[in-house]
Amino acid sequence: MLSHDNLEKFEQLKTQFPSMKSLTLPVLWMIQEQHGWISEDAMKYVADLLGLPLRHVYGVVTFYTMFNRKPVGKYHMQVCTNISCQLVGAEKISDHVCRRLNIKLGETTPDKKFTVIEVECLGSCGTAPMMQINDDYLEHLTIQKVDALIEELK
Amino acid sequence: MTEFSEKLILPDIPNLHTIDVYEQHGGYGALRKALAMQPDAVTDEVKKSNLRGRGGACFPTGLKWTFMPKQSTKPKYICANGDESEPGTFKDRQIFEFNPHLFIEGSVIAAYAMGVKTVYVYVRGEYAKWIKVLQKAIDDAYAKRYIGQNILGTTFSTDVYIYRGAGAYICGEESALMNSLEGDRGYPRVKPPFPAQYGLWGCPTTINNIETLSNVPVIINHGWEWYSKIGAPKQPGTLLYGISGHVNKPGVYELPSGALLTDVIYKYAGGVPGNKKIKAVIPGGSSTMWLRGEEIEGVRMDADSLKAVGTSIGTGGVIVMDEDTDVLKVLARIAHFYHHESCGQCTPCREGCGWMEKILKRFVAGEGRIEDIDLLLDVANNIEGNTICALGDAAAWPVQSVIKKFREEFERRARKTPAPDVYVPPPHLVRLNG
Repeated sequence: MLSHDNLEKFEQLKTQFPSMKSLTLPVLWMIQEQHGWISEDAMKYVADLLGLPLRHVYGVVTFYTMFNRKPVGKYHMQVCTNISCQLVGAEKISDHVCRRLNIKLGETTPDKKFTVIEVECLGSCGTAPMMQINDDYLEHLTIQKVDALIEELK
Repeated sequence: MTEFSEKLILPDIPNLHTIDVYEQHGGYGALRKALAMQPDAVTDEVKKSNLRGRGGACFPTGLKWTFMPKQSTKPKYICANGDESEPGTFKDRQIFEFNPHLFIEGSVIAAYAMGVKTVYVYVRGEYAKWIKVLQKAIDDAYAKRYIGQNILGTTFSTDVYIYRGAGAYICGEESALMNSLEGDRGYPRVKPPFPAQYGLWGCPTTINNIETLSNVPVIINHGWEWYSKIGAPKQPGTLLYGISGHVNKPGVYELPSGALLTDVIYKYAGGVPGNKKIKAVIPGGSSTMWLRGEEIEGVRMDADSLKAVGTSIGTGGVIVMDEDTDVLKVLARIAHFYHHESCGQCTPCREGCGWMEKILKRFVAGEGRIEDIDLLLDVANNIEGNTICALGDAAAWPVQSVIKKFREEFERRARKTPAPDVYVPPPHLVRLNG
């Protein structure tokens, strides 16, 4: 399940930690980067790779919000609605994104292009309102900017 | 208070994030200097400087370092805490982006002082972009032998590794961070034992904030005496104030500790849009107690001054709310956050945070009852102090302070007519799914 490159990276990571268990998060990240989400089969694979019980891997995957337990769209839109963003109109932004894509928070468009979720503070309070799309931060959002963005990504 | 306008952590130097520019401006000179000193002398320098942690608890950094055993059969570790998830806080991100080598240099000096062979930098998972920047800086520092085997030709060796979190506010709590780094769920641990005795994998460990470690090279370069005279005497140095919400120029401003809150808001952040009045200010991130707009005059931004007015410096993340803000809505959002982020180990926090959110949402919807105000306060009071870690306190404090400072708001918003009596059937008459 891990690519050749990632298996090499895995071998290198082993030297950085005294315990295999520490590699749970890094390996799950590699899986998610390759596949976009973490399936139960992937969890079994990780458990076998690390020699740990499946329940441990499952426990970790379900604890951390960034691990996707179902496939997400090509563009994973994570809109911050925490206070600093809320004060400058995050609610309008998230409502608008949902209306524009005709989905609710937590849903994916039928063409599997967009998933929209609400997230907690992303440390971008000085450039609010903002959202993260995959790994990128999009800051100082306005309705116009959101429209242009969705047009561009469609 | 001495006028001090120098920027120590985030100076305005283009491309300072590259190792060449950093070196041209004296970078890694402090490491050279420290390696020529005895490790204890380095710790002593930090101790005398009065540097206090920048992650929220304001613990004296040098003193924390002395808790590490000098002789240990086990390896010793440093965890640099870059989980930065407190709403309203966005300062460490600036260090990663604009001055990562200062942080790396500080970490290596700290490792030398405490005899540590491995430094883990825990960075929140969302900071993918800054993890790349930091990894590049670390690789460059390895190439120039500022990290790795026999640093700068001495007998001292240490490694620096990044560990990526995956979305959990609680992992900013030091013991949860260690559990996360061990590959587990981020559950805080019961203290004692403290990390310096029993930390990562049961070994002596020190956890320091990114900004804290970034101050170390400055202290070594200029000496403790010079450093201790900057800003507020009991918490000297510059602070990275992050200001957000209703201000014209939100952002991170580096100013001496003890700066006037009104200066941060009006002089640096350009005041409130539309010259509106300020209704409330959160001085140090979402878990700190609120101040009413009328209370901010003359308040200084340092641990002791803010304690004197019943709140705390926290992470220095100032959130400003103008006169038109619905404070209950903001508080309900904060309560939602803590409910979402509670790890679930302790009942008061796991259940209480949900109850607080529920009651607050009732007020926002105009369905709150007058007796709900005291119920809410009661729930908050029963969370505070009754949990393993401080997340419970962090959830309770804003609720307590807003009730104290804006009680009239709750009363005005409470429903005027009593809630209708609801028939609750006895258990044997309850039919599931219907």
